[in-house]
Amino acid sequence: MKKWTRRAFIGTGILASGALVIGVAIRPGNRSSKVAGLIAEEGETVMNIWLKISPDNTVTVIIPHAEMGQGVHTTLAMMLADELDADWSKVKFMEAPADKEYANYVVAKGFIAGNKTFPKFLEETIDGVFLTAVKTMNFQITGGSASVRFTGQQGMRIAGAAAKAMLLQAAADTWKVPIEELKAKKSTISHPASNQTATYAELAPAAAKVKAPKQPKLKTRDEFTLMGTSPARLDIPAKVSGQAKFGMDMIVPNMKYATIKAAPVFGAKVKSVDTSIPSDSEGVLKVLNLENAVAVIAQGYWQAKSMLDRLAIKFESTENDGKSQEDIFNGYRLAMDKALEEASLSEHYQSGDAHSALSGAETVVEAEYQLPFLAHATMEPMNCTAWVHDGKCEIWCGSQNPLGVMAAVAELLDISLDQVTVHNQLLGGGFGRRSETDVIRQAVAIAKEVDFPVKLIWSREEDTQHDLYREATISRMKAGLDQSGNPVAYSHQFLFKHHPPEAADLPYAVPNQLIQFTSPSSFVPWGNWRSVDHSVHGFLTESFIDELAFAAKKDPLAFRKSLTQDKPRFQKVLDLIQEKSDWDSPLPANWGRGIAIAQSFGSIVAEVAEVEVNVEGKVKVHRVVCVADPGFAIHPDGFTAQMESGIIYGLAAAMTGEITIENGAVAQSNFHDYQVTRMNEAPKIETHIINSGNPPGGAGEPSTPVIAPAVTNAIFNATGVRIRRLPISKTDLRVSIRQTT
Amino acid sequence: MINLTINGKEYSVEAPAGMPLLWVIREQCELTGTKFGCGIAQCGACTVHVDGKPIRSCITPATSVEGKKITTIEGIAPDENTLHIVQQAWIEEQTPQCGYCQSGQIMSAVALLNENPAPSDEEIEQAMSGNICRCGMYGRIKSAIKRASAALQASTSNPQLR
Ligand code: FES
Ligand code: FES
Repeated sequence: MKKWTRRAFIGTGILASGALVIGVAIRPGNRSSKVAGLIAEEGETVMNIWLKISPDNTVTVIIPHAEMGQGVHTTLAMMLADELDADWSKVKFMEAPADKEYANYVVAKGFIAGNKTFPKFLEETIDGVFLTAVKTMNFQITGGSASVRFTGQQGMRIAGAAAKAMLLQAAADTWKVPIEELKAKKSTISHPASNQTATYAELAPAAAKVKAPKQPKLKTRDEFTLMGTSPARLDIPAKVSGQAKFGMDMIVPNMKYATIKAAPVFGAKVKSVDTSIPSDSEGVLKVLNLENAVAVIAQGYWQAKSMLDRLAIKFESTENDGKSQEDIFNGYRLAMDKALEEASLSEHYQSGDAHSALSGAETVVEAEYQLPFLAHATMEPMNCTAWVHDGKCEIWCGSQNPLGVMAAVAELLDISLDQVTVHNQLLGGGFGRRSETDVIRQAVAIAKEVDFPVKLIWSREEDTQHDLYREATISRMKAGLDQSGNPVAYSHQFLFKHHPPEAADLPYAVPNQLIQFTSPSSFVPWGNWRSVDHSVHGFLTESFIDELAFAAKKDPLAFRKSLTQDKPRFQKVLDLIQEKSDWDSPLPANWGRGIAIAQSFGSIVAEVAEVEVNVEGKVKVHRVVCVADPGFAIHPDGFTAQMESGIIYGLAAAMTGEITIENGAVAQSNFHDYQVTRMNEAPKIETHIINSGNPPGGAGEPSTPVIAPAVTNAIFNATGVRIRRLPISKTDLRVSIRQTT
Repeated sequence: MINLTINGKEYSVEAPAGMPLLWVIREQCELTGTKFGCGIAQCGACTVHVDGKPIRSCITPATSVEGKKITTIEGIAPDENTLHIVQQAWIEEQTPQCGYCQSGQIMSAVALLNENPAPSDEEIEQAMSGNICRCGMYGRIKSAIKRASAALQASTSNPQLR
């Protein structure tokens, strides 16, 4: 994959080579030309998606998202190529450079406004507001399962359709024939009546002079030729040959290596460290006291790490030094009690009168749940290569947020954004971790002390102990059922609210609801963890609804169906999973089935887990059936792979995932004590997709929130033990095993 | 000075005593296909072959493999224009997601099929459980190994796996 330099694209209308470039009429200080008439007439709408057509009739799609394994380069290229009627065998892609003009405006708009449409007269104002917001926030984030939903739908497709319209117009003008008589197919336009044909490349120079249509007509679903198919992913060949370059693999001339140890207790400062280099150390160049961390620069990672391990570093004490995980949970419980007593909880949602409905209920079910801190544990440990020279800084890293990286570097070095270049590389897993800039700032702080490029590599230990964690939390849930087992009241008090804002919503029709939260202070840094708040609320809501089904003496799947009758998409997903999972067929003793369903990032996903609990109390998840309604799966095989990935990621967390705090610091350090799912523990996963016709939903995250409750609900079904504390490995299930005769 | 034979090529490198093979391969030889994941033989990302056997290069001192035949992901294809049967199967099953673990996965799989050209599910699981994939592509890895195994069986004319 080739990278564009800043110079190569700015100010280009028609490239010197005669290539047609759509949306590249972007010049600093000339905003109206940036708009290129694509979305609005004038003013503030920017098209941040581009394509160019080369003289050899190759179409290159420029993609403003990082490839972290979701196949986004392929999927977004397909969306554009389909609208353009491009020849897929001659489509290439390149990742957009980190530049303000690529601020991911459509992503932010999608997040803030959802898929709402606005009255025509408001559009420009709203677009202007979003554009400003996005630029201030330096938004080029790959996350929130947003690429397809927002960039693809609102950017790529429009860019492709607009280009096709321009090419058709150019052909009509050249041949002097009615545009309606033209056909576009495989990067060629033909006029059957006069027997004329021309390739897109041939028409491109003329097309570039045509005014871009304001409202290019998008294809309807039955006209798709690429979307909905699964061509081989463009990024895969390099990933089987060892040629794919991740941030970790950057080699810059004259580069040296660094590694780092941050204060084990978050926020502590270095008290003392001997920064002199011992005479018997090999290849060590510098020991740096960075105030809250110590770094070593050396000829290689190994030399740096060996030196770091030798150092006797003393850290200042902090008020959190003695804190344990127990203290943290106790603190949360106290904070919850206090907030309840003082009635100081914030409202998430309220309807009817939950209090009186609860007191009038026939049965009341009540439970407290607890979830642990989770680390991301991306396969590629954190790293960043930085070179600070001549008032400039160059960065090589794999980031979900290259513009954020740029801004962080500029701020740290007090230089202008123009002086910062970010070369984004492949990401060896993101999961939210690589939307942060902590590692980049460290690398720059190190690199500015020397005049050569430095690659900072974190050890796995550092990666585990200095993550930004999915929070640990407790939650209190209460519900009332009437005589026939129908829920009449639902009350839920939870801690912390990040995003998306709707994560704690109850999808079920319960008349009286009170959902509240409070946010106690925490000294453990928080970060986006695959599916963010849904990773918490999926477990809470779907466990508790299962408890209610049991109390109501109803089948858990039928119970969910009866409470979602106003949601046709849920009904269809539940029907299909009932069939595909053989829900109603018997299982052997000590086997169980559990279901969970949730809507997140625009997709509805249900999962049924089939588990066995053996005599040693060991849980084996044999099979997971997944039914997803993402509206429309652009690349069904890629979507399926994302479902599989999210399930295994969530399963690892559910089974053994737990970061605990001891003496103020993270107790786990590597894969031996922060265990993740391996092949011998991985279930067989069967994914079924429903193309419901709704706007495309996310793929990278929505399968994660429901796997934990599907498994714990299955364990309940197998053993009668309700797991209210994750991870599952904390619960001794031996006693629960039924005697088989 | 250490002398290593990697993918049939001789390398003479300066490396301090105890330096693991992984860092020599990645930093001195600039063969970055072999990955660092954990450094303690827990994840398999650094798997290479020494005399055809899979080893974890992150805990193997470079000095201990002098004079042996080392193979990395860059060296398993029969020639520049042909992929190894296992790599081909990986593409056909669209196995990699982020791809970071896949060099190690492929090296473990090649070693397994060299030993056992027709492994059962259990044998695959056993051989591959030392390789973590945080993208959770275990199902696809397993299918790809079976596909490669079938391809091996189907054609006896295939060049011998290394
Ligand atoms: S890096 Fe060697 S096993 Fe993980
Ligand atoms: S493909 Fe990402 S870790 Fe395996």
